[in-house]
Amino acid sequence: MPEPMPPEPYPSGGSRVPEDGAIAATGMGGAMDLATSEGETLEEPPVGPDGTGRPERARSLWSDAWRDLRRNPVFIISGLVILFLVFVSLWPSAIASGSPLKCDLAKAQEGSQPGAPFGYDGQGCNVYTRTVYGARTSVTVGVLATLGVALFGSVLGGLAGFFGGVWDSVLSRITDIFFAIPVVLGGLVLLSVVTSNTVWPVIGFMVLLGWPQISRIARGSVITAKQNDYVQAARALGASNSRMLLRHITPNAVAPVIVVATIALGTYISLEATLSYLGVGLKPPTVSWGIDISAASPYIRNAPHALLWPSGALALTVLAFIMLGDAVRDALDPKLR
Amino acid sequence: MRGATHAKWAACAAAVALVATACGGGGDSGGDSGAVLSSSWGDPQNPLEPANTNEVQGGKVLDMIFRSLKKYNPETGEAEDMLAEKIETSDSQNFTITVKDGWTFSNGEKVTAKSFVDAWNYGASLKNNQKNAYFFGYIEGYDKTHPEDGSAQTADTLSGLKVVDDKTFTVKLSQKFSTFPDTLGYPAYAPLPQAFFTDHAGWLSKPVGNGPYAIDSYAKGSQMSLRKWEEYPGDDAAENGGVDLKVYTDNNTAYTDLLAGNLDLVDDVPAAQLKNVKNDLGDRYLNTPAGIIQTLAFPFYDENWNKSGSDKVRTGLSRAINREQITETIFQKTRTPATDWTSPVLGEDGGFKEGLCGDACDYDPAEAKKLIQEGGGLPGGQVKITYNADTGSHKQWVDAVCNSINNALDNDKACVGNPVGTFADFRGQITDRKMSGPFRAGWQMDYPLIQNFLQPLYYTNASSNDGKWSNKEFDDLVDKANAESDTAKAVETFQQAEEVLRDNMGAIPLWYQNGSAGYSDRLSNVKLNPFSVPVYNEIKVS
Amino acid sequence: MGRYVIRRLLQMIPVFIGATLLIFLMVNVMGDPIAGLCGDRQCDPATAAQLEKEFGLDKPVWQQYLTYMGNVFTGDFGTAFNGQPVTELMASAFPVTIRLTIVAIIFEIVIGITLGVITGLRRGSPVDSGVLLVTLVVISVPTFVTGLLLQLLLGVQWGWIKPSVSSDATFGELIVPGLVLASVSLAYVTRLTRTSIAENKRSDYVRTAIAKGLPRRRVVTRHLLRNSLIPVVTFIGTDIGALMGGAIVTERIFNIHGVGFQLYQGILRQNTQTVVGFVTVLVLVFLVANLLVDLLYAVLDPRIRYA
Repeated sequence: MPEPMPPEPYPSGGSRVPEDGAIAATGMGGAMDLATSEGETLEEPPVGPDGTGRPERARSLWSDAWRDLRRNPVFIISGLVILFLVFVSLWPSAIASGSPLKCDLAKAQEGSQPGAPFGYDGQGCNVYTRTVYGARTSVTVGVLATLGVALFGSVLGGLAGFFGGVWDSVLSRITDIFFAIPVVLGGLVLLSVVTSNTVWPVIGFMVLLGWPQISRIARGSVITAKQNDYVQAARALGASNSRMLLRHITPNAVAPVIVVATIALGTYISLEATLSYLGVGLKPPTVSWGIDISAASPYIRNAPHALLWPSGALALTVLAFIMLGDAVRDALDPKLR
Repeated sequence: MRGATHAKWAACAAAVALVATACGGGGDSGGDSGAVLSSSWGDPQNPLEPANTNEVQGGKVLDMIFRSLKKYNPETGEAEDMLAEKIETSDSQNFTITVKDGWTFSNGEKVTAKSFVDAWNYGASLKNNQKNAYFFGYIEGYDKTHPEDGSAQTADTLSGLKVVDDKTFTVKLSQKFSTFPDTLGYPAYAPLPQAFFTDHAGWLSKPVGNGPYAIDSYAKGSQMSLRKWEEYPGDDAAENGGVDLKVYTDNNTAYTDLLAGNLDLVDDVPAAQLKNVKNDLGDRYLNTPAGIIQTLAFPFYDENWNKSGSDKVRTGLSRAINREQITETIFQKTRTPATDWTSPVLGEDGGFKEGLCGDACDYDPAEAKKLIQEGGGLPGGQVKITYNADTGSHKQWVDAVCNSINNALDNDKACVGNPVGTFADFRGQITDRKMSGPFRAGWQMDYPLIQNFLQPLYYTNASSNDGKWSNKEFDDLVDKANAESDTAKAVETFQQAEEVLRDNMGAIPLWYQNGSAGYSDRLSNVKLNPFSVPVYNEIKVS
Repeated sequence: MGRYVIRRLLQMIPVFIGATLLIFLMVNVMGDPIAGLCGDRQCDPATAAQLEKEFGLDKPVWQQYLTYMGNVFTGDFGTAFNGQPVTELMASAFPVTIRLTIVAIIFEIVIGITLGVITGLRRGSPVDSGVLLVTLVVISVPTFVTGLLLQLLLGVQWGWIKPSVSSDATFGELIVPGLVLASVSLAYVTRLTRTSIAENKRSDYVRTAIAKGLPRRRVVTRHLLRNSLIPVVTFIGTDIGALMGGAIVTERIFNIHGVGFQLYQGILRQNTQTVVGFVTVLVLVFLVANLLVDLLYAVLDPRIRYA
């Protein structure tokens, strides 16, 4: 059970919370850092535990981040792409005519042609129409599963890392047990009893099996962040646990979680296909990128276009969220200001 | 294609490395009887006992290391005497079997009448857990050695089997079965040496039989090496030095290995590569009819599928399936649209009758729509075709069948596929009668007889009658045909039964499956038998 | 430290029991495995009953579990449906998979961290964008396809490797499969390292180190990298188990008879003995890997101490 020993308390309450100014003592400790921060402290009094300070300080870290984000072109571009994806998910018929279920075997594997810019897949379905209509399922599954995993995992992992001791032991060992469940087994057992053909059981399943990984990552970063001088200082000053977690630890521990979550988004969209392939995921007539990618994969030698387009759509989605994650992370990092 | 030329070079290199024969000459320049070929294989699901092997991969090995009383001709499928000197009967119920002289097992032990009787008794005895025990079900006394209801068995041996002398034994059946001798080529009827009974574990780790090959080494899960048995007394001795069966978990890998020259023979070309096969292999590719038919069965225990008018709905569905297009596009002609409920490998004399299904198997969307309407429409407005997702690539053809039905009925959601995760679960749902719509049914023949395509599948409560279809007229005709001692007449009666099946559309015939195989240019004279297994002993290696 | 390790090792016991029980129940819930043993036809009821008795499936679940665990502690992991002892399956599968995992982890560490450091130091540069592009491809194209293409190109077209791995599965043969297996994790490791490096490179201690006049190389490896590795190490730790048990696709493509394949087969055939046996060993691997990761925290960040 990791029970990190607090480092020797620094002689003065000189460390400062990150949002206070240009130079924050977020370094991993050491005498030299200490010198810098002490120098600064002389000029500026430390913030009281109640969080009130001078008027402009009322701006929280989060509102600072938001202000930064609005000016970040990366954020704007990724936001536009995501809005577009949402639009397509809600109104696929706006940009694609015809039904994604209308397939004519006579056209199987044919290439691009008028009315079917992306060609036809192995069953003779219009790849363009299916890619457009698949957005709803895939984006829903990807985003909701990622959100669920990230929230659930980071809360549990974060608490385990922050409180340590018995809490950590119990939560970590539960994580271990969940790690042990093979996806194939979990899918066949938990999803084969479900008769509903909505995305919810699939999302629930992904959250159930996905949270341990994020939980571990979050725990690791919280344990590291907890060691930082400013956290120790806040503790010494008597900051409440919730305040320390929200104001000091979360912003500094969130980066790895964002990185893993944005990549996981793509893998969840693919995992949905694996589940369908196993016969326990979404069933026809549901249309999704995952299903189409897995159906087109064996035919890569003959009809690569049927794989290319849904994969491309998936890549675009992941790219948008990776960029978004990067922008959010940068906005939350006071050192980059 | 570059890949192909390269593959040729690599194959030659491999050949040189293995047996130092000249390379570059044509494949037909005769064989080197000492050369060994490598072939793809799947890990057998059950221990390699003859009466316990019910799938092709185990059957492949049994086919090489065992010879039974009869052997099915690799080309015509006809049952020919192998170890049987003669099989005589006067009433189609009592048979006297004489075993040929001069046969031994590869460990030197003589093959006698007792070798057969002991083996059959072992297979029929409940306590030995033999999954093909039902093959002995026609023999008198089976109900004692293998009580249906699971009660304790009261006998260890079949009362219908008697050893007369070293070469002769008699078989008494519990009912008339005129074509019984023709079933005796099935591996379950193979003779077994004494070592099988005295040192069972030892035998299983390295089975010993009486076939043209003997097992040299067996590493479970990865490879089995079979070598030519030089003293083999039969006339179908191996024409190569042996076969190395390599376990592949994915037939696509085996195919790639064949292209790269690491493997000589692949007897299961992956569906996704069928389109490339001509390019990759040229004429080193076989596409031979096999005794396999795929059908869609219906749950007749479900009221929705067993009411008046249901037969019209079923026929309508059958007419909504464009078999021609699906076999061509999805299967690249490795399936042939079915027009009856048997298989072309039976031949016309054996009972295959092209076009027996008539209009009912012809694609006609307008007629299909009309029939289904007349029959009261699809139950619940939608059919779900259930299949298992873990073996074979059933999803592709089920989706294609559904699309065909949807197009014919002008309804995007008239038919959807309904995958089930595991084969065991799929079988479990069938056994527990939980199906609510059509489901995948396939049949690979045990022996090339029309009886084998009809009785086990459609006779009331037969072992593989998954849909529980039941029809008095059909049953009577089958009984009549079994009692018929004249083969031609029996076949005709079976075909009458098949017509009853057609008029009720007890199952929708989809297509006949072919065996497909690709091989390296070291090999020649490669053939697939009607069971879609390569005829290994005839392969020549250069 | 020593006491901490002992405590952690003791905690493995409840996890071990919990995980085996959970897996045991899950396989049990899947239903009757016997139905799948008789091929495309129904097992006759007598044989089915007899088989159930032989595999002990006729007893209540708790009794099956106790019997099984009792046997496990005497080293008997039961037999698979094909009559092969599970220990024999493990003995052939685990060494191969361990080698494959080692290759994959080495790729993750060497390529992943190197790329992560480079892209982290040069955010926004063409190298960074290029790596991001490759990352996207790796995430959105299934391993199945990348594996297949590599196999066709390297194995058939160019003839650099054998398309399939022999039963010896030497390290040399496992390089390409290991790369395919590691590909998605590589994306994670690269991005994690990149973010950590980017975050820490503005830290005071880095500035101090540079100010001290330390060579750039030493600053990066000694100060920057070491402090950035905790999330990466955590990820790799969680990945070991996933790589060992989840290499189903890679093992299939390259015909590797390893743990992923055996586990997959066992699950599809609902063979409790195989599945629970393999998962049991995997659980032990998870536990040890996690313990090692936690100990590594203390090495990487001396302020973290275990009592």
